[in-house]
Amino acid sequence: MSTENIPLHEDSTTATSSIPRPELLPDHQLRITLRNPEEPEDYCSARERGAYLALERCLSGFKPREVISLIRASGLRGRGGAGFSTGEKWKVCAETAGSQKWLICNAGEGDHDCHRVIEGMAIAAYAVGASQGILYFRAEGAPVVARMKKALDEARQQGFLGADIKGSGFSFDIAMHYGIGSFVCGEETALIQYLEGNRCEPHVKQPFPAVRGYMGHPTLVNNIETFATVPAIINHGAEWFSSIGTDTCKGTKVLTLSGQVKNESLIEVPFGITLREIIFTIGKGMKNGKFKAALIGGSTGGVLTEQHLDLPFDYDMLEEAGVAMGPGSIQVLNENSCIPTLLKNNMEFAADESCGKCTPCRIGTKRLYEVLDKITDARGTMDDLQELRNLAQVMHETSLCGLGRNAPNLILNTIDVFWDELVEHVTTHRCVAGQCKKMATFSIDREKCIGCGLCMRNCPVAAITRTDYIAPGHKLASMAIDLDKCVKCGTCKANCKFSAISII
Amino acid sequence: MINLTIDNKPVQVPEGTTVLKAARQIGIHIPTLCYYELDGMKLENKPAGCRVCMVEIKGQKRLMAACATECKEGMEVHTNSLRAVNARRTVVELMLSDHPSDCLTCSKSGDCDLQRLSQAMGIREIPFPGEHSHHRKDISPAIIRDMDKCIMCRRCETVCNEFQTVGALHAINRGFNAVVAPAFEQDLVDSPCTFCGQCVMACPVGALNTVSHTRQVMSAINNPKKTVIVQTAPAVRVALGEEFGMQPGEVVTGKMVAALRRLGFDYVFDTDFAADLTIMEEGTELLDRISRHMAGDKSVRLPILTSCCPGWVNFFEYNFPDMLDVPSSAKSPQQMFGSIAKSYWAEKMGLKREDIVCVSIMPCVAKKYECGRDEFKVDGNPDVDFSISTRGLARLIKQYGITLSELPEEDFDRPLGESTGAGVIFGSTGGVIEAAVRTAYELYTKKSLDRVEFSQLRGIEGIREATVDFDGLPVHIGIAHGLGNARRLLEKVRSGKVQFHAIEVMACPGGCVGGAGQPFHHGNSDIIRKRQEAIYKEDRGKALRKSHENPDIIKLYNEYLGEPCGHKAHELLHTHYFDKSDKTVIEI
Amino acid sequence: MPVIKLSDDKVRIIKDICAEYGNQEAEVLNVLRKVQNTLGYLPAEVQEVVAAELHMSVAKIYGIVSFYSFFTMQPKGKHPIDICLGAACMAKGGDKLLEAFKKHLNVEVGKCTPDGKFSLSTLRCVGSCSLAPVVSIGGKIYGKVTADQIPAMLAEYDEYEDVMQS
Repeated sequence: MSTENIPLHEDSTTATSSIPRPELLPDHQLRITLRNPEEPEDYCSARERGAYLALERCLSGFKPREVISLIRASGLRGRGGAGFSTGEKWKVCAETAGSQKWLICNAGEGDHDCHRVIEGMAIAAYAVGASQGILYFRAEGAPVVARMKKALDEARQQGFLGADIKGSGFSFDIAMHYGIGSFVCGEETALIQYLEGNRCEPHVKQPFPAVRGYMGHPTLVNNIETFATVPAIINHGAEWFSSIGTDTCKGTKVLTLSGQVKNESLIEVPFGITLREIIFTIGKGMKNGKFKAALIGGSTGGVLTEQHLDLPFDYDMLEEAGVAMGPGSIQVLNENSCIPTLLKNNMEFAADESCGKCTPCRIGTKRLYEVLDKITDARGTMDDLQELRNLAQVMHETSLCGLGRNAPNLILNTIDVFWDELVEHVTTHRCVAGQCKKMATFSIDREKCIGCGLCMRNCPVAAITRTDYIAPGHKLASMAIDLDKCVKCGTCKANCKFSAISII
Repeated sequence: MINLTIDNKPVQVPEGTTVLKAARQIGIHIPTLCYYELDGMKLENKPAGCRVCMVEIKGQKRLMAACATECKEGMEVHTNSLRAVNARRTVVELMLSDHPSDCLTCSKSGDCDLQRLSQAMGIREIPFPGEHSHHRKDISPAIIRDMDKCIMCRRCETVCNEFQTVGALHAINRGFNAVVAPAFEQDLVDSPCTFCGQCVMACPVGALNTVSHTRQVMSAINNPKKTVIVQTAPAVRVALGEEFGMQPGEVVTGKMVAALRRLGFDYVFDTDFAADLTIMEEGTELLDRISRHMAGDKSVRLPILTSCCPGWVNFFEYNFPDMLDVPSSAKSPQQMFGSIAKSYWAEKMGLKREDIVCVSIMPCVAKKYECGRDEFKVDGNPDVDFSISTRGLARLIKQYGITLSELPEEDFDRPLGESTGAGVIFGSTGGVIEAAVRTAYELYTKKSLDRVEFSQLRGIEGIREATVDFDGLPVHIGIAHGLGNARRLLEKVRSGKVQFHAIEVMACPGGCVGGAGQPFHHGNSDIIRKRQEAIYKEDRGKALRKSHENPDIIKLYNEYLGEPCGHKAHELLHTHYFDKSDKTVIEI
Repeated sequence: MPVIKLSDDKVRIIKDICAEYGNQEAEVLNVLRKVQNTLGYLPAEVQEVVAAELHMSVAKIYGIVSFYSFFTMQPKGKHPIDICLGAACMAKGGDKLLEAFKKHLNVEVGKCTPDGKFSLSTLRCVGSCSLAPVVSIGGKIYGKVTADQIPAMLAEYDEYEDVMQS
């Protein structure tokens, strides 16, 4: 992308001395956008930390196209999942003529500094010429909503939102909108459909929403994290920002670290950090068991395995690995995670969330779920694995929007790496993680069993009988399960007070 | 202009052209399914959801939908790369995996877009066994909804909401359960559906089709106690041939009459006769209203709206209940025919009305509903017993092994078979009002028309306005085809923005020639245009071209009816309308 | 105007909400949400009034209501309970939590307790994944919920009742 020869304001690359630059933390995090839960959020405290200084600088010192130039030079890419160049998007919107332009902030997950978000939105609105903004939250009841309401009121009171902001002639205000739990609204055209009062059905992005979007007006849609990053870039300069991260992915990314890690939390890391650092340094290592894989981006993401642990974590590495960043969640899995079950649950979610507009997603998610249900229910065949691969590939290539395109990612990038596990499920009907009930083998440890007989009395198919073996220190003989009769309901295990029954 | 290559062939197109259309320009036909357009009539369905028209474009990571991708300078498109072909095939296989396999008994067999695709791709088995969608079948008086077969192409939804602005159908639920249905999945009869049937015309598969009465008709024909008479609408004779491999626009009137005789109908009459009758009544009504209006009578309502289209009648009963005294009170030609046949003609023939079975061949779906309306019955006996569509007639002819093209030209029976050119042009948009003008002019001015063709009333534009000079009196005429256009025109009238003396409305695009009972055009609006041209050609070929010159019509009035709009005429040939706006009563 | 068997004051409530949003079609989702929050659910008659007030076809309103799992045509409990079954919440035992609620309340998903107090449903992802597993009661979000917290969570609503009555 070419940078225009617009001279950047002379102190655009130097830091504003009153605000300290965010520093790398001892655990390798770099928190530019996430709020510090210990710091108070009221306007005065936020102002002390430098809130709205960037907006003031823009309004008094930069022309809109200079702001865009700055953002382009910084290399910021959209944090919503697609990773498209933010500066380019702003440029397209700015260059489209329109009597009224809109700004939409897609606020999914995240716990960002509210004033920073408002500031970033205002700067973007100034840059592209938008006068109205919409802040879209997935649910009205989420804790961040109350905080944002308060922050918006404060911003208005202080004159940073509304008509003629700080006498600059630029007017901008933000309205809050709430979702009703539709995952597909993460896709910008679907979100626009939602805000226009329709079913959330994505449509072909031609023209782009930046040209013709909400109600037919040029609309800039960006993720909340993208907006939250903007003030820092204005304050500390494009050069500073582009010094963080990798060659092609600049800055930081907010991630939700969860699963089998000791430290499950919201983190923010510079691009280029390795997965190993994320899990074992920031995450403080495995909670239980051994590392098997990391599920990135939830149900429309994909898995990274051992081989990816030391690669630089950024959009390009993920793309190479066939993984979509999505909402930036990292779920760490250990050996007790059954991959086919993971695939099945994720496909069930995708099928539920599918809007139904396009054939591959509407029917494909259902068929893939059915096949995976077979596989995890000990009814799968090798042909089913073939169908999995083919259908997943076609869904990926032909679906209309990101949901359908990325729902099969998980299948596509686990089918080779975890091929053996899949084959075991369909041939020998063995679930190595012990999650698939139909394939579970229940076993009574005769040394632990005290022979109380509770399991035997509760077994619906009378599959448990008493053996002749009395363990040392016990009075009664141990119980044993007849595997031919066992229907794997798990009642015995649930009832055993002595932890003598396990799945092997 | 944009230059690009498609399958290594260069093509130049204006900006904004889609890859699909650019390809068609150079003879490359990318398969489509959900895409549906009536060119020149502002009807386009382009959800890009079926994902059949996938093509590979150099530089794009993913396959793109040709119908929704605009050409860009230097684009390199490959329509049949292995990737694209495999993707298309899998998409169709997926669709088939949730589609009933009852092609053998499906009403759309042989004319189904999905079947055509499946055959072209050589699909021999469906690799994705799994759950099938199940929906209740909804059988209304005219339309059958069999949504197990729905492929979510959204054509019916687009046509019903955006083109017809009826709003009876919408996509409901989500994901695998998504389907297009009326509100609350209720029956069509309980919805604002007008039975215009354009959803049926648009549906690429057998999810939407029409009710068929061919069995009942055959039964009646074979009943020695019944005299079965048939009337044929003008639009049928310019389209029937298409079902037998003839070119659109070929007129097959004589052969159609011959075929009907061989099917066993006792008398073959012409709806065009009744069309002339409609003009007598409606033309008189128009003049009456105009002269009373000019005399200062404030109670008279203008404009007069034509009322021969039952889809349109339903539409204004639902949407303009405050204007129920505005349409003409004249019945449609179909109904006028039935009424006269079972009174005037029955008496002449010494037959009781219960012994006559009156069948109509119509290009229309709503006519099936119209003949069942209570006000068109006498003591429970309908004036018109059954209405069969053009497609239905073609099936009957084929079932009897008759080869249409080999039949001789035969004439209609009298006295209900003679018609003028004015009666024929009812089949095209603008035709009814032109026919009315031909008669009203002469009645009003007492002068003879030297030129009977009014080109200012013709055309394919959705809303047209024209003024006809009645020897010093400018008569303002509005014409709309497509209910959305009708709504727009009527709203202008309601707001007082425009003043018309008369408005003609046809629910179907192009008028009756584009009716939903006609052979499927699959979105090729050229076919509708050719049928229209044929209608006007038929008119030109007629010796008599003004309704009031029809000798059998003159005889009917002299012998039986008396005066147009007189007492007897009112009893037999006029009707009234009902406020249907509050039909939605649901028990809690 | 469609004829419906809703009481006059209920019709008034719906009309007022529509007017609040300027009777604009684009505001239909906001209107439906508020109407459901006020009246509890969206039966056919209510949808018909909304359609008439916003000048939309009833078919489209139903198309919207049937699309979003948030909307219901069946009465919800006074305090509707929604268990999140999104990816992160599932991973944290969202499905087991659902079973626990079912057992405690003795209701099936989509149904209401006999006294009309609680109804049980599922939802998919409100974007609070770091708080997984998430439960929403009457719109209030509870995070990191465990089965043993259920009695205490529900008791919150007992007190509310008593305070209101006294």
